[in-house]
Amino acid sequence: MKIPIKYNIRSILIRRVGSAMTAVGIGLTVAVVVVMMAMVNGLDRTFTETGDDQNLVVLREGSLNEVNSYFTRDAFETVRFLPGVMRDEENEPLAVGELIVVITHPRKDGKESNVMVRGTSETGFRLRPEMKMVEGRKFRDGLREMIVSQALAKRFENFNVGDTIKINRVDWKIVGSFESDGGAYESELWGGYQDVAQVWQRPIFSSILVRAESLEDAQAFIKRIEDDDRIQLNAVSQRDYYAEQTVSSIGLKALAVFIAVLMGIGSCFAIMNMMYGMVMGRQPEIATMRALGFRRRSTRASFLFESAVLALSGGVIGCALGSLFNGYSAGTSNFSSFSEVLFNFQVTPLIIALGLSFALVMGILGGILPARRAAWIRLIDVLKE
Amino acid sequence: MNKPLIEINELGKVFHRDTVEIRALDGIDLSIHAGEFVCLMGPSGSGKSTLLNIIAGIDYATEGEAVVLDTDLSSLNEDGQATWRNQHVGFVFQHFNLIPVLTAFENVELPLLLTSLSRKERREHVETALRVVRLTDRMEHYPRQLSGGQEQRVAIARAIVTDPTFILADEPTGDLDAESAREVLEVLSTLNSEFGKTIIMVTHDPRAAEFASVTYHLDKGLLTKTVLNGSHS
Ligand SMILES: Nc1ncnc2c1ncn2[C@@H]1O[C@H](COP(=O)(O)OP(=O)(O)OP(=O)(O)O)[C@@H](O)[C@H]1O
Ligand SMILES: [Mg+2]
Repeated sequence: MKIPIKYNIRSILIRRVGSAMTAVGIGLTVAVVVVMMAMVNGLDRTFTETGDDQNLVVLREGSLNEVNSYFTRDAFETVRFLPGVMRDEENEPLAVGELIVVITHPRKDGKESNVMVRGTSETGFRLRPEMKMVEGRKFRDGLREMIVSQALAKRFENFNVGDTIKINRVDWKIVGSFESDGGAYESELWGGYQDVAQVWQRPIFSSILVRAESLEDAQAFIKRIEDDDRIQLNAVSQRDYYAEQTVSSIGLKALAVFIAVLMGIGSCFAIMNMMYGMVMGRQPEIATMRALGFRRRSTRASFLFESAVLALSGGVIGCALGSLFNGYSAGTSNFSSFSEVLFNFQVTPLIIALGLSFALVMGILGGILPARRAAWIRLIDVLKE
Repeated sequence: MNKPLIEINELGKVFHRDTVEIRALDGIDLSIHAGEFVCLMGPSGSGKSTLLNIIAGIDYATEGEAVVLDTDLSSLNEDGQATWRNQHVGFVFQHFNLIPVLTAFENVELPLLLTSLSRKERREHVETALRVVRLTDRMEHYPRQLSGGQEQRVAIARAIVTDPTFILADEPTGDLDAESAREVLEVLSTLNSEFGKTIIMVTHDPRAAEFASVTYHLDKGLLTKTVLNGSHS
């Protein structure tokens, strides 16, 4: 660039109000897009970040979801002693049979929503190292205690540690709250298997989670379950299971793209308008520089750069605004389990980079025509004035 | 006398505005030698600026030729003209045309950004140019912090900083009061007499013309009169 950058920067700064308004306008557009991307990302992450390839989820044949899967306790005994299942220090298989029930509970906003309750045991925690208690303690089976994710506690009534809630005509005490790295378990209540099976009168399992000795053993295990005629079950890796559960974010993504394009076009015009004003108001300066020997393409590059800087500063504002929503938690319905799924908006470095690039693209697109106009001013006409 | 710096033969210029043809210059013959201080005078609309712009390489003739420093200006394209201007021409405008967001120093430095000079060399050149116009103490000031006369002197520093072959000035004192005008003319005069710069200046002001070595009068696009100032050779 032949024309010094300080020329552009100061020209932007000196037109304080106009530049600020343009930048804030672009900033709002970028902020909306950043927030939408954070939302989509958070939703996607909830399921894709849950699971381990060496852990396997066993369901009834034909079921895709724990909620509508069930099988007998015998099947559990068969499965846990299959070869390839990792053993603990006491030579017990690392396998846990779990029961899932869905309850309806009032949200803090007054509406009711479905929530999944997982009846499990200590092995359930062992197989899910991402489960971390943040308050209180774990439940004890037989005492009708439950623990609840922090995200749910924020969103639902009476889910605080110490609260007692009536579910299925029985009182349960909330004794602890947990986190699981923003994963799918953060949409669940956990209690003891025996308690859940007894209160709901279902002496069955919905699913079994087992840990294979190795990835190869995991594959062999899946095959073996499929081939075993004694049990009508299926096994999938825990990661694949949750990938299947993903609440489709395609609608949201389409909406995000639609809004980005629409607002982007609007912002392009805002930048174009500002930059046309810049060019028209600075014709004598442009003509002077041309007279001094600066070429057309330097002039064009200079104004394009200026437009990009203006847009980028808007991008920075937008990313800052958008980042305020980082961690914001929201809920949506999961249509495969008919229960509420919680997710956190996630602003990642990639999203920030995309937000800034989006601003840059708007700056360049909006700047092209004004920059061209700057390059084509007629020297003799302008210098005469 | 040796070969002239600028040779203008049968030069004419016709502007086309819509369907109307406006003849701005008609059959101008003119030679300007190195070291001359030329003044162009004439009534408004007589073609003075047009002639100056053609010599400057920011406009072109429609008839005849303008050979400046052995270059036929009509042979240059836009970019060629721009480079040529940067190397050979120093401009002084009626309205000073300083860049308002740049300091005096930065304004003067501007044409040097097109050269291969180092930062340090540029600084030296800028300081020298500002010393010639006696404004070294205003280096860090912005144009709005300067008086009209000072602004025009900064503009002159900008015009001479590349050490051009000649300086072109279109009514350089047109926006100035008498006192500032005299200062500016004295600077131009010094550039001519002490630094041997060739100067071509358009003016309406007869007092300004007194500084010149030769004055050409234009009327309706025609060269009507040539006056040699006795005090110069
Ligand atoms: N870009 C242009 N388009 C059309 N006509 C023009 C253009 N520039 C100048 N002219 C015409 O050419 C003639 C000479 O104009 P020029 O600007 O050279 O006059 P001038 O002697 O400099 O006048 P002044 O003293 O008012 O500056 C005028 O009739 C003017 O209207
Ligand atoms: Mg004129």
